[in-house]
Formats: sequence, C-alpha cells, structure tokens
Amino acid sequence: MEILIQQLFNGLTIGSVYSLVALGLTLVYGILHIPNFAHGALYMLGGYITLSMMTLYGVNYWIAMFVSIIVVGLLGVLLERFVFRLLREAPPLHDKIAAIGILLFLEAFAQFVWGADFHTMTSPYGQVVNILGLTFTLQRLLIIVSAIAVMVLLYLFLKKTYTGSTIIAMSQSREGASLVGININKVAMLTFMISGGLAAIASSLASPINLVFPGMGHLVILKAFVIIILGGMGSIPGAIVGGYILGFSESLGATYISNDYKDIIAFILLVIILTVKPTGLFAKGER
Amino acid sequence: MKILTKRNGIIALIIFAFSFPFIAQNDYYLHMLTLSFIWAIAVYGINLLSGYTGYLSLAHAGFFAIGAYSLGLLTVKAGMNFWLALVCACLITCALGFLIGLIALRTKEHFFAIYTLCVGYIIYLVIDKWEGLTEGVRGLIGIPAPGNIGPITFDTAASQYYLVLIFLLAVILIVYRIIRSLTGRTYMAIRNSEDLAQTIGISTMKNKLTAFVLSTFFAGLAGALYASFIRFIGPDIGSTAIMFDLLMYLLVGGIGTLSGPLVGTLLLVILSQNLQFLQEYRMLIFGPLLTVIIIFYPRGIAGAFFDWQRKRKDNTLSGVRGELHIKAEEG
Amino acid sequence: MLIETKNLTKRFGGLAAVNNVDFSMEKGRINAIIGPNGAGKSTFFNLISGFHRPTSGTVLFKGIDITKLPANEIAGLGISRTFQTTSLFDQSTVLDNVIVGHRLRTKSNLVDAILRTKRLKREEAACRDKAMEVLEIVGLTESADRIVSSISQEEKKRTAIALALATEPEIIFLDEPAAGINPDETEGLTELIKKLNRSGLTICLIEHKMHMIMNLADHIMVLNYGEKIAEGTPKEIRRNEAVIKAYLGGSASA
Ligand SMILES: Nc1ncnc2c1ncn2[C@@H]1O[C@H](COP(=O)(O)OP(=O)(O)O)[C@@H](O)[C@H]1O
Ligand SMILES: [Mg+2]
Repeated sequence: MEILIQQLFNGLTIGSVYSLVALGLTLVYGILHIPNFAHGALYMLGGYITLSMMTLYGVNYWIAMFVSIIVVGLLGVLLERFVFRLLREAPPLHDKIAAIGILLFLEAFAQFVWGADFHTMTSPYGQVVNILGLTFTLQRLLIIVSAIAVMVLLYLFLKKTYTGSTIIAMSQSREGASLVGININKVAMLTFMISGGLAAIASSLASPINLVFPGMGHLVILKAFVIIILGGMGSIPGAIVGGYILGFSESLGATYISNDYKDIIAFILLVIILTVKPTGLFAKGER
Repeated sequence: MKILTKRNGIIALIIFAFSFPFIAQNDYYLHMLTLSFIWAIAVYGINLLSGYTGYLSLAHAGFFAIGAYSLGLLTVKAGMNFWLALVCACLITCALGFLIGLIALRTKEHFFAIYTLCVGYIIYLVIDKWEGLTEGVRGLIGIPAPGNIGPITFDTAASQYYLVLIFLLAVILIVYRIIRSLTGRTYMAIRNSEDLAQTIGISTMKNKLTAFVLSTFFAGLAGALYASFIRFIGPDIGSTAIMFDLLMYLLVGGIGTLSGPLVGTLLLVILSQNLQFLQEYRMLIFGPLLTVIIIFYPRGIAGAFFDWQRKRKDNTLSGVRGELHIKAEEG
Repeated sequence: MLIETKNLTKRFGGLAAVNNVDFSMEKGRINAIIGPNGAGKSTFFNLISGFHRPTSGTVLFKGIDITKLPANEIAGLGISRTFQTTSLFDQSTVLDNVIVGHRLRTKSNLVDAILRTKRLKREEAACRDKAMEVLEIVGLTESADRIVSSISQEEKKRTAIALALATEPEIIFLDEPAAGINPDETEGLTELIKKLNRSGLTICLIEHKMHMIMNLADHIMVLNYGEKIAEGTPKEIRRNEAVIKAYLGGSASA
C-alpha cells in the first residue's frame, strides 16, 4: 500500500513534466498543424540554459529559469518566423523534415557548447521531507505545484484575455480567424513563444531530479507525441490528462512490471491506440 | 551522333565504379565507398516508400538493425551459412515489415511519421534490452564475412566492394523498373492523393503495403550487408541518429528521384569523412543544411538539377517557337 | 435503374448531411443534383462512390447492393467521379496524370514491373492508348505533354474528366464541373457532357449554374438541408414551390 502511494506520487511528478511538454507540442500542432519534432531539443536547451545560469553566473534558480523561458521562447519565435512560416503552403512532409533539421542542429550545438557529459542540477529544494508516511524531496512537490500553477495561468490566459482567445480562435479555424481580422503571423509567433517557454519550464523543473545531457529530450518528445495522440492532437485538456495518465502508467509499470522496460510502456500504448483507431483518440470528424 | 547522352553517361559511371579498385590503390577509399553503397541501398528503400508513395517512415533504421541482427545472430549463434543467413535476414525483415506495415499504414501523414518513429524506437529498445538474445550494449562480435561462392572469395576489400556494388546496382535497377512501370505510377498516384487514387479504382492499402514491405526489404538487405562488412554490430545501428542520417542522405540527394539516394549518400559520407575533425559536430552544418534544402530545394540536388535542365530546354524550345511564329507572320 | 438509393442517410455527429434520400438514375440519362451550399450534394456523391459509409440506407447498382463496398471496388464496377476541387498531380504532364486512370483495368504487378514482362509492356501500351483516346474525347490531345501546373482551370477540369473516363465507367459523377470557369468555357463543357451522354454514358452532375443545368439535365433532384425536397424534369423543378422557397430563402411570393 505504501509503495503504491509512493508510486502514485512519483507518477504525479513525472506526469506534471510530461503534461507541460505535451502542452507546448499540442498548442503548436493545434494552430499550425506542425508536429514539432524539435520540441524535445527546446526542452533540452531549456535545461542547459537554466543550469548554466546557475553554475556560471551563480544566479538564483528561479531567475535562471526565467532567463531560460525567455531565451527558449524567443528561439521558438525565430523558428516560426524563419523556418515554419516559409513552409506554410508546402506539403506536410516539409514541416517534419525542417523540424528534424532543427533538432539535429540544436543537439549538436548543445554538445559543442556544453560537451556530451551528464550534468546534475542542484536545486535549492533538495531536502527530504516526510509527510503522511511519504518520503520525497521538496523538489518533487515543487514540480507538481509549479506545473499546476502554470497550467492554471495558461488556462486563464487562453480563456480570459483577448490575445489568448485569438489563439483559441485560430486553432478552431485558420480561415475563420483571418476573416475576423486576427493577425495569423503574430498568433503563430506567440504560440511558438509559449510552446518554447513551456518546454523550458518543464526541463528546468525536471532537471534537478533527472540529468542534463544533449539527448535528454529524445524520450521526452516521443512520449509527448504519444500523449497528444492519446489526448487528441491539438487538444489542451487532452495533453494534460494524457500527461498524467502516462506518468501514472510508467511509475506503476516500473514497480509492478519491469523497470527495464518502463520506457516502452508509452510506445506500446501508442501502438495499441493507433491500431484500434488510426486517426488517434478524439479525432475531429471523419475524412 | 551525340556522345553525351544520358545512357552513355550511366555506362561510363558503371565502368568507372567497376574499375575503381584498380584506380584507387587504397583500401581506405574502397572501404568508404563500400560503406556508402550499403547506406545507399537502405536509402533507396526509404525513397521508394517516402519519395514515391508519400509515407515518411522513421522506422527504417529499425529495419536496418533487424536485418543486421538477423544475419549476425543466424551466423554467430546458429552457425548458419552466410548466404542462407542473408536470405533469411531479408525474409525476417520483410515478415516483420509486413506485420508492422499492416497496422502502421492505416494511419496517415503525421500519425504515420510519429507511429513509425515510435516503432523504430521500440525496435531499438528491444535490441538494447534483450541481452539474452542480442548481447545488449556489448554488441555482437565475430560476424563472418560473406562466404565464398565456388572459387570466388570475399576476403579482400576489393571483392567486398564488388559484392556490395552488384547489390546496389541490382537495387537501383529494380527501383528504376518499378517507378517506370504501372506499379510505380500507382505509387505516385497514392502519393499525389490517396482519395483520388481510390476513386480511380486503386486498392491503396494493398499497394502501400507492397511498397512498405519492399522498402523494408532493402533496409534489411543493407543491414545484413553492413553486419558482414563491419563484422560487429551494436544496438546503436537502430537508433534515431542513424535514421536521421539516412533521411538526410535522401533529402540532400533528392527525395522522389532515382539518382538522389546515391548522390546524397556519396556526397555526405565523403564530406563527413573529410570533415573528420567535425565528426561529432557535423550536425551543426548538416542540420541547418537539411532545413534549408527542404525550404528552397525540396527535391534535393537531383531535383534542382532536373529543374535547371528543364528550364534550359524550355528556353530553347520557346526560342524555336518564337522563330516559327515570326516566320508564320512573315509568310 | 442503373443506380438507386434507398433511405440513404449520413450523419456527421448530430448533423444529418444527407437525410433519407431515395433517388434513381436511369441508364443513358443526364441526372442533376442541385441545392444551396451545404445541402449535402457532395456528401451524396461520397456515399455512392464508397467514400463515406452511410449511417443507414442502401445504394444499389444494377440491383446489386454496393453500400459496403470500398471505393476502389466501386470504381471497378464502372462508377466514376470527379471531385469538387481537382486534385491532379501538378508536377507531371496531362498524359501522365491520365494514364494511371486505366490502371484498374490492368493486372500487372510488382513482379511484372521488375522483370519487365510482356504483359506489363502490353498493358502499358493499353493504358497509354486509353489515355490518348480519352484526351481526344475531352479535346486535350494537343495539351497531352504539358505540365498540369501550366494549364488553365478549364483544362484541369477536362483533365479530371478524362481521368475519370479512363476507368471505363458506365456512369460518371461530376461534382461542380463548371465552378470557377467563364461562360464561354461553360458552354464548351456543356457540349462535352452532351457528347459523352450521346456516346452512351450515364451522367450525374452537381452544378450551381442554373442555366447550364436547365439546358442539360433530363432529371433533377433538389436537396436542401440533406433532404430531397423535389425531383423531376427541368420544367417541373422550375415551377416547384418548395424549390423556389429554398432558393429565395423565404416565401414563394416574395
Ligand atoms: N467529412 C465531414 N465531416 C463533418 N461534416 C461534414 C463532412 N463533409 C461534409 N460535412 C457537412 O455536411 C454538410 C453537407 O456538405 P456537402 O455535402 O459538402 O454540401 P454541398 O456539396 O451540397 O455544398 C455540410 O454542413 C458540411 O459541413
Ligand atoms: Mg459540394
């Protein structure tokens, strides 16, 4: 029983990280129909920037994270402006290839600047706490709380502000949005900015309990794709729910099935979903 | 008589390829070319599916690895004869390709790409973790070189080069014949619009599946040749890094063109060999290159060349037409 | 009856795009379907051609139930169609686009392709001949070698019709063949449709250009909100109260 609760808590932690990454991916997909394979590289970059700010400049964890959000967000804007915008009318193959090119570059870049080694990020919240028989580091609690806070903020932004509503409008219909005078280019850049920012937050939160290295985004992005297929490509609630579902499945699978194969759970899940329903769960309409 | 015809050019290239071991008195170059030819075979496989049928597969490094490991395990652990093992390796890859294709091809576009990316990753993970069978990260060592056929042996660099060259030429010939046939037209109709293809009576699933299985066959063949050429394999040959390398060769050379896979593979393999100092960081150049190519030259070097040629021909043609027009007016 | 639909219904979520439609098309006639945008005309075509599965109801071809057949098999039976938006392959020639239309009448497979068998060569020649034949019918012989991206909208429409003809259909469904082309060209297209019909082909078309329909069709069905509101000869349709109402969006006296 205790193990179960401990594992559920772990599931909540990794689920929070997955949800944040998947949110960024689903936002971009919902609005521009780009499966951004480079999203994992943005996640990785976010981790490195936070780490460097802390180790090189001795900056406080939160400020480092803030810098990371800004830098990665701006990088997202650049990608939209100078790569994906040029490919808007191109066949769907082109977006994917371009994203893969960016991914390869960013990974080589990280390796060039920071080397191929694994780094640890020491957060100021490393102390172990004991609540209700549960033992965990404060950082894990922080991940859960911060992730939920970010999701609530994002929700409020999308629902309650004018700018947010333009994003929603555009995800429903690009033509419709441009008819009512929404500036598609601005919304696209903004979405990429938010998406990059979310990736940076996710990796900055997760890095203290994981490691920072050039390939740290690989599995995360693959899993994020599984999540948004699970939750419906482009669906925001779907990304959140899907993230937690995967988080729980993995932490339970690691304990009760096999720790070696826990990373495979997501992919088996995907294979099952797409086998049963080739257009993904909750696909909009039919062809 | 025109000497500079396309046909003569191809014959000259083939003659050059066959005489290369005599020209280059250096095993290093032979080794490099042999390796590029092996990669090129796999790239032809990806091209058949992604270039001509329109389905971007990101699982083909996995099929490459399946071919390589099948050959490795059959020869090392089961002690099977090389040639028999080669046939079996291809059949095993095709059988798995058939099963995976059956499910994967029900999905389309982005879903297909993501699905196959995940399938590729599963293949990699299974190879990496199933130590009892594959030896995991330690890899498989001592894979034998191709066994002799009668008096012909394959223990020198030159003989292995010829072996791989012949396989490559066979693969190119097969792909050439397919894309010039009704079957190829069928694939391209599916690439253009699956809905339209169906309304003109094409069984899209059957055709996609054939293309998929054939493309995994090429990937598996390449993997098996790789295993017997390098004599050592590890799980990394099924990694996404290899997948992206193959994809890059295809895109730089020209996706959906016949010469693209060979051009791209040769160019990039040779380039990265000469940029040895860059080895780890070559993606600093190739990554942006890939992105720029897809934006400005979506059909790669080969495509750009054909466009240029067509434009030149059109110009001379319209010149001729212009003259005729003037004459008609005068008359 | 060549084609009959019985209680044909298609729902997308809550919306009934086609609702309980009974319609029969006689062999050798020109049938037309009209109705406001979103009335369900294209969906009706999609149901007959096997593109969408009906929610309920049946489609009969020469009395045989084809409701559950996949689209490619329906094409094989001799039912062909064009799309509202043409989706030709822009980068290749008109001829190359049309050749593949005859593929369904050929048998050669991958092995034939690799070995370049006699059968393949014979069938390739047959496909080419067929393509030239249908291009001649639609009047595009001269443009056979032009790249599709360089031909006019009207020529693209004709190419799409040629592609449909290459499948050797008994009935052809044309979805808004005259949309986006000028009056002169519409005239030419009308002539083409008449010519096809004279050669024995049954036709069913969707069109918004009333003048064209009235001068062409033998039999018209009017759809509105997925339901059949009228059916008859052009004369009858012109006088029909319900049709006038649907088109004027108010009372007939308005
Ligand atoms: N694939 C689909 N998914 C959901 N709704 C659809 C689909 N296709 C058509 N519809 C809806 O069905 C109705 C009829 O559409 P359609 O048959 O295209 O009309 P028409 O061709 O008469 O203009 C429209 O309201 C349209 O939005
Ligand atoms: Mg319509």
